[in-house]
Amino acid sequence: MNMIEQIEAEQIATLGKDIPDFAAGDTVRIGYKVTEGTRTRVQNYEGVCIARKGGSGIGAAFTVRKISFGEGVERVFPLHSPNIDSITVVRRGRVRRAKLYYLRSRRGKSARIAEKTNYRPLADKAGS
Amino acid sequence: MRSGVIAKKLGMTRLFMEDGQQIPVTVLQMENLQVVAQRTAEKDGYTAVQLGVGAAKAKNVSKAQRGHYAVAKVEPKRKLAEFRVSADNLIEVGEEIIAAHYFEGQYVDVAGTSIGKGFAGAMKRHNFGGLRASHGVSISHRSHGSTGQCQDPGRVFKGKKMAGHMGAARVTTQNLQVVKTDVERGLIMIKGAVPGSKGGWVTIKDAVKKATPENVIYPAALRSAAKEAEKAAEEAAAAAAAEEEAAAKAAAEAEQAALDAAEAETPAADDAAPEGGDET
Repeated sequence: MNMIEQIEAEQIATLGKDIPDFAAGDTVRIGYKVTEGTRTRVQNYEGVCIARKGGSGIGAAFTVRKISFGEGVERVFPLHSPNIDSITVVRRGRVRRAKLYYLRSRRGKSARIAEKTNYRPLADKAGS
Repeated sequence: MRSGVIAKKLGMTRLFMEDGQQIPVTVLQMENLQVVAQRTAEKDGYTAVQLGVGAAKAKNVSKAQRGHYAVAKVEPKRKLAEFRVSADNLIEVGEEIIAAHYFEGQYVDVAGTSIGKGFAGAMKRHNFGGLRASHGVSISHRSHGSTGQCQDPGRVFKGKKMAGHMGAARVTTQNLQVVKTDVERGLIMIKGAVPGSKGGWVTIKDAVKKATPENVIYPAALRSAAKEAEKAAEEAAAAAAAEEEAAAKAAAEAEQAALDAAEAETPAADDAAPEGGDET
């Protein structure tokens, strides 16, 4: 492992995030810390994860899309951000693409994603 | 004016701050950074230190160079560089400089050899706009256009920006901020990008366009000084511990004495009590 990878691995360890196994097509709920003046609270943001990039490294991010008041909203979250309080997988979707950008041009019925019925937790996650 | 350092660019990463802020950093590593020679006013007409970094195989170093390293009694180095210093900031030959040379938040200038781009056109090299995509322009969409006037002056002025070799030149980026240092591994993390490719050598100096901070270490953060400080701290800690122990011992002794005294008193009190009881 080179020095950069080592530094990144150490930082991920110190951030100590418990990241669930999720992929594009899954509906996720993100608890995001919002600072208003002096006090912080956790704001929930729920939508379909339409892309994950950067693997699980320190620079990894994922995009969550939802329809808010009839308007499509997308937010990009850094996977390891200290501002992310929690990531909960609400529903596992069955998709055939890694990036679901085609959802941007779809509305309503055609933007649905079928539920994944054969989901199996990762071996290492199941073991722990 | 104190010495700078030589470091190797390892690459870039990001750091997450507690408030969720992400800082892009370049990781620079100092590996066995030692003083190889001194330049003095009497001998050379100026004062400077020559630093060497990294480790080179002795067989790959020329005989003359080996002799130079032998005089300094240091291992052969991969990279040498001179830093001008004031006479009172000269460092002894053989001393090792550590990453504590810079503190977190300090501004520095970083110089390196930029990545070579080869023969580049005027658009890439000088940010020219190029010619139009249509309206009669043919096969010269990325050309530089006119290079001057007419028969008078009848020549192209010197220094005209044109296509040519780009990159692979010494570039200095000023006022970069040190975000983090790691003395054990010799790492300095600097906010933003620094010139050069991964594995390239860069020199770091205190920022010339900022006032020198008061808490920089003169003449440099040396391994020997750090060790001495550690030793002194250890000794102080040991002395403090010994003192504490002595104090504790004394306290215990005093307590014991008090207990003994109390014990000596209690039987007397016990004796006195029944007597008192008899009297009533």
